[in-house]
Amino acid sequence: MATTAEPVVRVEGLRKVYALGESQVVALAGIDLEIRAGEFVAVMGPSGSGKSTFMQISGLLDNPTAGNYYFEGTDVSHLDADARADIRSRRLGFVFQSYNLLPRTSALENVELPMVYAGVPAVQRAQIAHEMMEIVGVDHLAQHHPNQMSGGQQQRVAIARSLVNNPGLILADEPTGALDTKTSEDVMRIFKELNERSGITIMLVTHEPDIAAHAKRIVTFRDGRVVSDALREERAA
Amino acid sequence: MSDFKGILRLALQALVRNKVRSMLTMLGIVIGVAAVIVTVAIGSGARVSVQQSINSLGSNLIVVQPGSVTSSGARGGFGTASTLTPADGMAIAQLPGVSAVSPAVTVRAQVVAGGNNWQTTVTGVAPTYTIIRSWPMASGTFFTENDVNDAAKVAVLGQTDVSELFPGGQNPIGQTILIKGVPFTVVGTLTPLGQSSLGTDQDDTVLIPYTSAMQRLTGQTTVSQLMVSATTSDQIAAVQTETTTLLEQRHAIAAGQPDDFQVRNLQSIASAASSTGAVMEFLLAGVAAVSLIVGGIGIMNIMMVSVTERTREIGLRMSVGARGATILRQFLTESTVLAAAGGVVGVVCGFIGTFVVAALAKWPTQIPIEWVVFSVAFSALVGIFFGYYPAKKAAGLNPIEALRFE
Repeated sequence: MATTAEPVVRVEGLRKVYALGESQVVALAGIDLEIRAGEFVAVMGPSGSGKSTFMQISGLLDNPTAGNYYFEGTDVSHLDADARADIRSRRLGFVFQSYNLLPRTSALENVELPMVYAGVPAVQRAQIAHEMMEIVGVDHLAQHHPNQMSGGQQQRVAIARSLVNNPGLILADEPTGALDTKTSEDVMRIFKELNERSGITIMLVTHEPDIAAHAKRIVTFRDGRVVSDALREERAA
Repeated sequence: MSDFKGILRLALQALVRNKVRSMLTMLGIVIGVAAVIVTVAIGSGARVSVQQSINSLGSNLIVVQPGSVTSSGARGGFGTASTLTPADGMAIAQLPGVSAVSPAVTVRAQVVAGGNNWQTTVTGVAPTYTIIRSWPMASGTFFTENDVNDAAKVAVLGQTDVSELFPGGQNPIGQTILIKGVPFTVVGTLTPLGQSSLGTDQDDTVLIPYTSAMQRLTGQTTVSQLMVSATTSDQIAAVQTETTTLLEQRHAIAAGQPDDFQVRNLQSIASAASSTGAVMEFLLAGVAAVSLIVGGIGIMNIMMVSVTERTREIGLRMSVGARGATILRQFLTESTVLAAAGGVVGVVCGFIGTFVVAALAKWPTQIPIEWVVFSVAFSALVGIFFGYYPAKKAAGLNPIEALRFE
């Protein structure tokens, strides 16, 4: 179990190298980084900077080639696929650019999905799902299917889905990439509120400075390395 | 998550999400199973009815027929030699294991009763004939040994002849009928037997004492065949051998010479007929099973498409915590549920199809329960077998690549 002293994410000398035919591509060239509980971190950088790879490894979708990754104090650098799936199921929430809701499935069932894999009983699932949809303001859409909802509504449902397992970390990969400016602001406000009111740790991957500006801390990647890591001043409301 | 109920629920949700495709996928299995049920029902119905009609002839029955004659090098068929006599029959009746013997003298004749006439088969037999054929009387009495000794002009009618000769419904007992111009008095009628295995109407017959037939109709001293009934089915083979030996002695046939008679038992005819039926049944079922396998390949095809189409969904399920094994089980359950449901629907369609065939073609049908169980179980197996490869493919996906899949 996580203690307050342990960072949610702690990586040391993290490297990721992909074989691309004969040659090798270094995606992460030695990252040292800590993300503490309650932080709202934006990971920025141009494409190819390694920010997506960092998110995938942080999200336990992949293992690093070298270096160590401690998630909530536990060394998870070399876990097998099943063990990683179990941690994702219990401790991580994902929000994607393309929402990734199951088609022809109600919003409620979409939100319940992670709890199905975590083995939460059905009655409890529905209750928690409704609570989370209430928080992000889409509970009235519980019986709607994704094709009956706007992009902003779909992304809110996806955020509710990322919350249901009470995760230690939410990973948001370009969550506003498919949304207009106004809707993007709404979605970012939800993240901000979740972070400020519920103390949920969020890692946001984006290449848009406007979006990153909502976070408390901005980490910039370039060529597989961290080139800047700065806390920003709280923006005037 | 590994509980079966949860996985089943996920699989069912996924199938319901694609109702039309799920139904089309099932169709192959439905048709395959229905085809198996209908063909087996027809095959097995035919086999059972052949068996029944052969049994109705008397299951312990042994038939002695005259052999063929060779004249100027041309060999006639069985029955062309006229060598069997009633005395042969009496000698056979003395053999151990023989319960009854009846000669049979068969004549085709025009029978006249009042203003009606009818072409039928007139058979001269002994009173033991009803025991050998297990053929009960409907009314009146059968003729007796005395009638045989006297070559009495008495007759017993089958039900077809009753209705053809006495269409007004009057009681035939005591009436006089003319067989080849000879008047016979009707003393009894037989219960209906229906069609034989060869489709001839067994009730289209008139039975008279064999002596009457020989003296008054054929004018011959030989009979068409001897019908011998063994006491039990175990004794059939022994009685057959003894009958052959006895007749060879009586007909003075030297060892190595061809017999002028032939001894056959209906048990062997019955088992030959039923094994032919069984072969047919398996052949038909085999053809139908091929269509089941084709249905299974259809399932594999659709599941492959489904896995590709749902790559992002699989990636998402993995990212929210589904293990590969869970994904595998879900897809395997989907294909198994599809196939098993197709099997159940196929059984229902098979029952309906069988009913329709039985009603329209008037064929005897019988649905063996083991084939019903077998075809549903087989289709579920088809689902597991052909569903495994696509499911394995789904479970082996890398979540990152799956999520990125366009």
